[in-house]
Amino acid sequence: MTKLLQWLLTLALLGATWATLTLNLLGLSPLPPAWYQVLWPLPTYLLVTFGCYSLGVVGYRLASFNDCEEAARELQAQIREARDDLARRGMKF
Amino acid sequence: MAASRDKYSVLLPTYNERENLPLIVWLLMRSFEQSGNDFEIIVIDDGSPDGTQEIAEQLIKIYGSDKILLRPRAKKLGLGTAYVHGMKHATGNFIIIMDADLSHHPKFIPEFIRRQKEGNFDIVSGTRYKGNGGVHGWDVKRKLISRGANFLTQILLRPGASDLTGSFRLYKKEVLQKLIEKCVSKGYVFQMEMIVRARQLGYSIGEVPISFVDRVYGESKLGGNEIVSFLKGLLTLFATT
Ligand SMILES: Nc1nc2c(ncn2[C@@H]2O[C@H](COP(=O)(O)OP(=O)(O)OP(=O)(O)O)[C@@H](O)[C@H]2O)c(=O)[nH]1
Ligand SMILES: [Mg+2]
Repeated sequence: MTKLLQWLLTLALLGATWATLTLNLLGLSPLPPAWYQVLWPLPTYLLVTFGCYSLGVVGYRLASFNDCEEAARELQAQIREARDDLARRGMKF
Repeated sequence: MAASRDKYSVLLPTYNERENLPLIVWLLMRSFEQSGNDFEIIVIDDGSPDGTQEIAEQLIKIYGSDKILLRPRAKKLGLGTAYVHGMKHATGNFIIIMDADLSHHPKFIPEFIRRQKEGNFDIVSGTRYKGNGGVHGWDVKRKLISRGANFLTQILLRPGASDLTGSFRLYKKEVLQKLIEKCVSKGYVFQMEMIVRARQLGYSIGEVPISFVDRVYGESKLGGNEIVSFLKGLLTLFATT
């Protein structure tokens, strides 16, 4: 199954469950009114939460992205060392 | 040191890398001499007009034709097929793929090898996004795009590896052979597809944090509308794998 199908299937299942409960599609005895106050805006809440989570994660990872200054300096030194050594061995650049 | 029968074939695709090639080869020689692993370096040059091949010839004279193999092609045919071409000539049971532009430092190769042995992994992938990994020479915008793209990829594909677009990796030879047969994408997306397909085929993936230092010499060959082609590739993989 492709990732796209997995996503669609999961969303369809969640959506159907939500619709069944909020719209009382099965015609069962209705849930206590307090439940509906939570159920109705639940998808929106989840979406906003996920958006905040994403922003938070990307922001944190952006801020904590290593800059590797030391690696760059080390490479510069090694480049000089390599040039000298290769020139000694007869390399013409 | 390590007295095993394992041999590591390093594939170095080059296009206009005459400044970088001697330096990367020198670093590779030193890294392997220190670690004591058996190795060969295969340079796949696509008819670079800047004389990369002449440099390679000189390196063969210095280090010997058993260590440095030049397997050129007549014209620029792209990275994916360069790996296929190089692999045909590889005699090692492991293949290491890396860029020749000094972004990937050979000092990490002994760590790749150690990691591979630890878990008998089919693939060991370098990662810029974990542990001590990182990048040098990127501005905030490029970092943001990189992090954002990586996050999106992780959410959509759940690939089981943290760096999908990097191309510093060690493969068991037969694994790489299988994967390359299956992969159809180009550019960055090709590296991404390799990992995604690897997961599908049930291959195990180990990771080693690497520092990625942006190229000092020469020009970037990718470019243009990278973001657009990345997104297209991501969505294609999302819908087809
Ligand atoms: N043989 C061959 N090598 C190539 C080709 N295109 C790129 N390369 C090499 O593949 C490696 C990666 O290419 P880069 O141009 O560095 O791509 P990149 O790392 O995404 O971009 P920059 O580092 O920003 O330049 C380098 O060693 C190039 O010389 C090609 O068509 N044929
Ligand atoms: Mg590069």
